This record gives sequence, C-alpha cells and structure tokens, in this order.
Amino acid sequence: MTINEVQEEIVEEFASFDEWMDKYAYLIEIGNDLEGFKDEWRLEQNLIEGCQSKVWVYAELVDGKINYSADSDAIITKGIIALLIRVLSGRTPDEILNTELSFVEKVGLKDHLSPTRSNGLLSMMKQMRLYAVAFKAKQG
Amino acid sequence: MSINIEQIRSDFPILKETVHGKPLVYLDNAATTHKPQVVIDAVSEVYEKYNSNIHRGVHHLSNVCTQAHEDARGKVQQFLNAKHSHEVVFTRGTTEAINLVAHSFGETFLNQGDEVLVTQLEHHSNIVPWQLLEKRKGIVLKYIPINESGELILDNVDELINAKTKLVSLAHISNALGTINPIKEIISKAHTLGIPVMVDGAQAVQHVEVDVQALDCDFYVFSGHKLYGPTGIGALYGKEEWLNKMEPYQGGGEMIKTVSFEGTSYNELPFKFEAGTPDFSGSVGLGAAIDYVNAIGLDNIAQYEQELLDYATERLSTIPNIRFFGTAKQKASVISFLVGDIHPFDLGTMLDKMGIAVRTGHHCAQPLMQFFNIPGTIRASFAIYNTKDEVDKLVDGISRVAQLFG
Ligand SMILES: Cc1ncc(COP(=O)(O)O)c(C=O)c1O
Repeated sequence: MTINEVQEEIVEEFASFDEWMDKYAYLIEIGNDLEGFKDEWRLEQNLIEGCQSKVWVYAELVDGKINYSADSDAIITKGIIALLIRVLSGRTPDEILNTELSFVEKVGLKDHLSPTRSNGLLSMMKQMRLYAVAFKAKQG
Repeated sequence: MSINIEQIRSDFPILKETVHGKPLVYLDNAATTHKPQVVIDAVSEVYEKYNSNIHRGVHHLSNVCTQAHEDARGKVQQFLNAKHSHEVVFTRGTTEAINLVAHSFGETFLNQGDEVLVTQLEHHSNIVPWQLLEKRKGIVLKYIPINESGELILDNVDELINAKTKLVSLAHISNALGTINPIKEIISKAHTLGIPVMVDGAQAVQHVEVDVQALDCDFYVFSGHKLYGPTGIGALYGKEEWLNKMEPYQGGGEMIKTVSFEGTSYNELPFKFEAGTPDFSGSVGLGAAIDYVNAIGLDNIAQYEQELLDYATERLSTIPNIRFFGTAKQKASVISFLVGDIHPFDLGTMLDKMGIAVRTGHHCAQPLMQFFNIPGTIRASFAIYNTKDEVDKLVDGISRVAQLFG
C-alpha cells in the first residue's frame, strides 16, 4: 500500500465511529497497544517536552527505509503517535518528505496537532520530518 | 443575603456559549475568571465615550478619562483597605507587580548573601524573579517547606526567618492546591525582626476579604483577570514608606517630574512606578469588577464557594482511586486530583470533549509537583457562577473516562 492508501484506510476506519467517545476509545486502545520503544532510546535527546505530555521519538534507517519508534506518557497522545507511525514508518525518506499528512484533519484530530496544544505532537511531527531530511542527506 | 445564582449566571454572557456542542462547564477559574456584562460595558464605554490619554491633557476628555482611571485606583484602595490611594500602583498583573518589587526593592535593599524567603507552594512568578536576583546580586532564595496536606510547616520558621532575611514573599492562597496560608502569623513573625512581607494575592482577592492594614503586610499584589476584571491589569499595594524608598522600576513618561540630560527627578507616588501610558481601560474595567464583587459581597461569595467546594470534595471522593493533592484545613475553592494512573492530559482532553474546562498539568508550580513526585494534576477551580449541577457533570464525566480506561 502507498502512504496515501494507508491514510485513506485510517479515514475510513474513523468514519465508522458515530460518537467522539468511540473515536477516543479507539485512540486509547491503539495507544495502549503501541510497543517497541526501547529503554535505551529513552534519552534526553529523544525527548520532546510538551507542557502537557512528554513524547519520545527515535528513528533508524534500515535498507533505505525509516523505522520510527515513539512513546508518550499520555495515552491519547500515544494513540495519535500510533497512527503517525502506521502511516510513516517503513517508508523511504523521499516518500515521507513528499507526503501531505491529510488524514489528521480528515479524522478530526487537527486540534491535537495545532501549535496551541502543548502536547508535543506538533514538535514530534517536525522531528519525524527532520529525521527524513537527515537520512536523505546521508544517503546522498 | 444569599446568592441568586440564576441572576449571577445571566450576568456572564460567555456562560451561554457551547463547547463541542455541549453547554460550557467552566471550572478553570483559578487560571482566569469570566467577565460580567458590567465589566465588558465599562471597558467599551471608555473607548466609545471618553478615550484620551490621561494625566497630561488640558482638554475635556482627557480630564474625564484621568478621573475614571483615578477613581478606579480609589476603588482598589478601598477594596484592599489601603490607607492611601497613592499606595496603589497599577501593573499588568501579579507577575509584573512581583517583578516590580523584586527589581526595585532588590535594587535598593538587597545585597550579596541577603536572603529572600518564599514557600514551596509558590507559583513560578514568585520564584523566578528572585532567582534572577540570585544571579544579578548574589542573594540567596530560601523556602518554607510544606507537608503532605499542602500546608506550610512552620516548626522551623524561626530559623528560616533570621537576621539575614531581607524579605518574605508568599502566596496568600495556593493556585495549585487551594491552601490558605497563615499569612497574618507569618507577617507578625517577620515584623518582630523588622522584615517586610509581600503577599501574592492572585488567588485570594476573588475569594476572601483582604484588609492590608489589618494584615499589616508591606506589599500585596493581585491580577484583575482572576477577579472578574479585564486581562492586562492588576495592582501592587505597597506601604508608602517602602515605595518612597525604592528605586523606580521602568523609566519613561508619567514617572518623571523633570528630565534633563544632567539629571532627572522622579514623580511622586504612585506615578513613580507607572512609566508610560497606563492601561486606563483596564483600570476602569477592574474598578467595575470590584463594584460587581462588592455588590454581591465577598462574605456571600466565600460562603457559596465553600459550599461548592464541600459538595465537590464529597462527590469526587466517591470516584474509585481518586487521589487529592492539597487537603489543608483552610482551603479555597480549588481541587487538585489524579484518578488512578490516568494521565492528566488524557482526562482533561476527554472532559473538554464533554464541554468541561479544567486545568491539567503543573499549574506553573513545578517545585510543588516535584514535592508530590507527580508530573501534574487535574484542577477544578470554582467561581461565583458555578453550580452543584456543574459539579455533578464533572463527576459524571470523570466516571465515564475512568470506565474507558478500565
Ligand atoms: C498564586 C499566583 N501567583 C501569580 C500568578 C500570576 O498571575 P498573572 O499571570 O496574572 O500575572 C498566578 C496566576 O496563575 C497565581 O495563581
């Protein structure tokens, strides 16, 4: 699937929720299920200190594709992180840099990624892009 | 007289708003309160009817505007029961007032090794200005510790208030916990050694009657926006003898008597501390807010809010795994808590979706959160327009979220 197909898939999933409560229940569920952030990555340099919640993000380049890992102390934040990872992880730097993250707005989570939300998510998205820029430069 | 809550609620236009399609339940009053129509009208009227720069014009509107601004100062004076109106300096709020004292008192009276005493439960605005003085002048910042209930531990206060102490600066009421501090006792203790005391009244003036002469505090500061007044205006009360001795804070127009390149003489109080064009629409709005509060009566407000606090504490206690932070015997209408291991951000986000506004996080009191060893809390804080029905909505909302987190 292309990045955009994954985005479409998420939008469809969210369309089935009638109530905001179901949407958040889902975010909590996938937030709880998000694993894979290793303790050795839990370093100051990987920490994004939002005023409200903390976010850790780390990335590795494996066979030309970026594997993102991230974590948060707040579950809703973590649920949104899980969605971002689902869309962006395992893609090449170019794919990531050429993608518009349209699903965020379409599923009604834009609020959470606005500069007024001090939850670290916006900085995290910037950080994910920066990783892509850096890996692309390294690849030459 | 008891409170006519329907009448009061109708005074605040914003309470008719909906949030995410739900009626607004606003429980973030310790951050800022809403404004009654009379305050909004008073501010509009300045611009609609008599806006002009003050203290300098010979023309009619300037005189009207100056009079309105100075009348507002008189209202603040009476509100705090200050002896003189020139002991009231308008500032942008509590933060600026504390910085003013830190700067001007610090410049004049503080030297290397001198101690300033605060408490462990201060807002950052009563910590950081003193840390700046630590850097600038080599003063030493000390604090009175608290116990698990969030009350000051005064057992060793005689060691903390000592010959090196040059100023005590503490909150009247804690914004994060609601603790009402025994400021009168601390003031009289400090005064036995001739040490002045500043009280941060940001969380107090809207809840309890304040009489600066009876307290005998040397400085008292507060913000208008937490007292149903406009943002960007607040006040510093300072005893005349201190204010007269202190260096000015900022330089500019208004604060001078004569200026020449050879030397400048400063204006008299309070203008010496009010450089530049003051916020005269703010001061007029603040005056209207004080009138509004006085018309209801702080006694009535305190009694009603205490009822709400008791009811909310009782109702919230029924939620499984709730932990309260700040269980002092003397408390204002602020409740800080955590539920199980639900992150405050998650709970706050879900409550917001239900139209319920609470505060989450460290409440600008990180040292206090460090004491409790938590990243933050959820805080519900009540004002005169809140109701028991809103408390029920909060409790129901939390229960729904707690179920979801299972
Ligand atoms: C106890 C206390 N002090 C100081 C402040 C700072 O007030 P302002 O931001 O209005 O200057 C606040 C506001 O949150 C407060 O609660």
